[in-house]
Amino acid sequence: MPEPALIELRPEGLYCAAGDFHIDPWRPVPRAVITHGHSDHARSGSAHYFGTRSGLGLLHARLGANASIDALDYGAQIALGATRVSLHPAGHILGSAQVRVEHAGQVWVVTGDYKRDPDPTCAPFELLPCDTLITEATFALPVYTWPGAEQVTREVIAWWDLCAARRVPAVLFCYALGKAQRLLAELALRVDRPAYLHGAMVELVQRYRDAGVAMLHTEAVSESAKGRDFAGALILAPPSAEGTPWMRRFRDASTAFASGWMRVRGNRRRRGHDRGFVLSDHADWPALVATARECGARRILATHGNTDAYVAWLREQGIDAAPLRTPFGSEESAPA
Amino acid sequence: MKAFAALYAELDASTATRDKVAAMAAYFAHAAAADAAWALWFLAGERLKRIAGSALLRELLGRASGYPAWLVEESYAHVGDLAETITLLTHGDPQGVPERPLHAWVAALRELPTLAPEVRDQRILDWWKTLGDEQRHVLNKLLTGSLRVGVAQRLVVLAIAQAFDLPADRIAQRLAGSWEPTPDSWARLTADAATDDDRSDQPYPFFLASALEQPAPALGTCTAWLAEWKWDGIRAQLIRRGDAVAVWSRGEERLDGRFPEIERAALALPGGCVLDGEILAWRDGRPLPFNLLQKRIGRLRPGARSLTEAPVAFVAYDLLEFDGIDRRALPLDERKRLLGIALQDAANPNVILASPTIDADDWQTLIAAREQARMQGVEGLMLKRRDSAYQTGRRRGDWYKWKVSPFTLDAVLIYAQAGHGRRSNLYTDYTFAVWDGATLVPVAKAYSGLDDAEIARLDRWIRAHTRERFGPVRSVEPLQVFELAFEGIARSTRHKSGVAVRFPRILRWREDKPAAEADRLQTLQSMASASA
Repeated sequence: MPEPALIELRPEGLYCAAGDFHIDPWRPVPRAVITHGHSDHARSGSAHYFGTRSGLGLLHARLGANASIDALDYGAQIALGATRVSLHPAGHILGSAQVRVEHAGQVWVVTGDYKRDPDPTCAPFELLPCDTLITEATFALPVYTWPGAEQVTREVIAWWDLCAARRVPAVLFCYALGKAQRLLAELALRVDRPAYLHGAMVELVQRYRDAGVAMLHTEAVSESAKGRDFAGALILAPPSAEGTPWMRRFRDASTAFASGWMRVRGNRRRRGHDRGFVLSDHADWPALVATARECGARRILATHGNTDAYVAWLREQGIDAAPLRTPFGSEESAPA
Repeated sequence: MKAFAALYAELDASTATRDKVAAMAAYFAHAAAADAAWALWFLAGERLKRIAGSALLRELLGRASGYPAWLVEESYAHVGDLAETITLLTHGDPQGVPERPLHAWVAALRELPTLAPEVRDQRILDWWKTLGDEQRHVLNKLLTGSLRVGVAQRLVVLAIAQAFDLPADRIAQRLAGSWEPTPDSWARLTADAATDDDRSDQPYPFFLASALEQPAPALGTCTAWLAEWKWDGIRAQLIRRGDAVAVWSRGEERLDGRFPEIERAALALPGGCVLDGEILAWRDGRPLPFNLLQKRIGRLRPGARSLTEAPVAFVAYDLLEFDGIDRRALPLDERKRLLGIALQDAANPNVILASPTIDADDWQTLIAAREQARMQGVEGLMLKRRDSAYQTGRRRGDWYKWKVSPFTLDAVLIYAQAGHGRRSNLYTDYTFAVWDGATLVPVAKAYSGLDDAEIARLDRWIRAHTRERFGPVRSVEPLQVFELAFEGIARSTRHKSGVAVRFPRILRWREDKPAAEADRLQTLQSMASASA
């Protein structure tokens, strides 16, 4: 007889009946456990939230200052209904967590978004032994393997230097929460020059500073004097700023994009940027396969991404796996 | 090959023309002749043929990566380019492997088909294991076909000119016609002027017109411009030098033997004479439909039957050389005068004739003439500045093509296939159909015409509405209607629909239109009858 599912998919999101709570629900619910602060995982409107202490500032930024949130330390267990629940580092962004749920001798883990590569802005991924693993699969094809962040950072600096030599601004597009701060932190390990920020990033960068993350000194573009010459400057901006009037002040700018999707040339070329830097906060294919194997789970359920190839490959490796259809987009889910 | 691979990476990464030219110039200035010759060959879009088949490479990729065939295929479908898929799924360690120059790599690649299969396979697998990312990627590009690096020939010419401090048009001219990637050819290409006279059958680089995008009167005084019909044939140069005749297409391929009636007639031209014009299927002073000409293109030595069924003529509109002297710098009016003199002696005016000019003192007359174009069997008008020199490549300002508005039809998207290059993991190659009763019959394939945002949106729609997959092709639910434009339509026995359209492209995504309201095959068939 198959074991009953401890966590199941409901119209409003992943639901644990034994504990009567949801994980990253996309509709308002009474009790929501949140893995991290990206908008497709942390949605407002629920009556009560549980999140990590290190991610609390970001959750309030996303859910509102008045949202009712219980902050948990990594690894601390709480009782929810008949279950014991704890949050563990996912290595995705500051305060990101995997959710471990234990009930009647069974352990289920929901990874949320995760990566296993080192990241100076957040606690490293913790491998959790479990019976069932519900995992992301955003980059689940073997063509997606990440170069080391150190190599990518060197490429970014070389491009920045080239822009400085040519006296043009260097505009680097990246996601406003997570990627921007990781880039600023990686750069701070190697260079000591200021960078400029699009307005959408200013508060988020400040939250990371509040959490004690060391990053390049930053200045808001909007606070620069009118007509300022940005030649040779590095400017970080969210992809949504592309093609807006805001970009006009960076005349002759060289543009770049930092994302895991940049691994494939078609994505790189289509965006029409001068450079594509392969830097992702998600697990690459080797990490997805290793996690499935190392956690010892008897069953893997894969959400958002190339789940079909991943599930079929795991099955060929003798690991029971199935897709779990969720509407999680994730900030990196669409290559367009 | 290290330097060439680095050049490839730099060209691939840069979007600015200036950077591309500078990168190529730096490479050519330092490369050995044997390598530079091959680099030029590949940058010009040429490829090594029949080195290793796609099926073989995919099988070897399975072995090299350890992934089953289906996962290799899945990865390939996602990436869209086999060379890149191989690069991404293999991992080479270049430690201690000696550098092999580009020309030596070419020799190694060409040797592959002569080897026993096991030896050949092992060699490819070893290369993948021992080359770093950049070199492995270029090698894979050469194994699978052309580089597709996206530099225009004009830029390559400019780079060589920069590297050797020579005028660009001299390089362009030395490159026109046939060019072999050997150290000797490279030496001739980059030498000083003196060595040019041994190329008696070589054409001049073609001057290309740009599309007229503004209203014609914006070009200024009408009388400063010469107007003639824009023929829908094969652009060609007819070369009469010494006691020989050569015919070159705009693609700089020799067409000798395909059009014997033109070659025969050309012998009557004065020696040392080069004409630029159009080869057309031609009868009784009028062009015949393009598909008749098409039957002749593929025929190397046409028999008596095709000579009578599809007779051809060379309609000359420019003269580049006369009395053995390069006349390209003369004003167009003067070249036209010399063209008239050259043609006086031509034996058969039905086979070699001057393209008539359209007399007009004002734009109104020309606008009216253009309206008549389709009835004349031409695509529109050409407008050429009367004082213009014959230049090289596509330079805006002196020559314009002023085409008539295209035909249009509304058709339903039925198949989609991933594109290449920068569109390689998007569905961008579409097949469209029209209604024949209750069934949809494919009538056109089209690639261009949508903007990037529309392509991305349609790509998502295609993925969500796929019915079946046949390899790289998906059939989709027949729901989306597109307005297509095309230049011509003719009856055809080779197409299931019974009609063939020329240069189809997408004008608009008609999201307002239900599939049931797309055009009927009958409409197209009557269009074909009307324009025959």
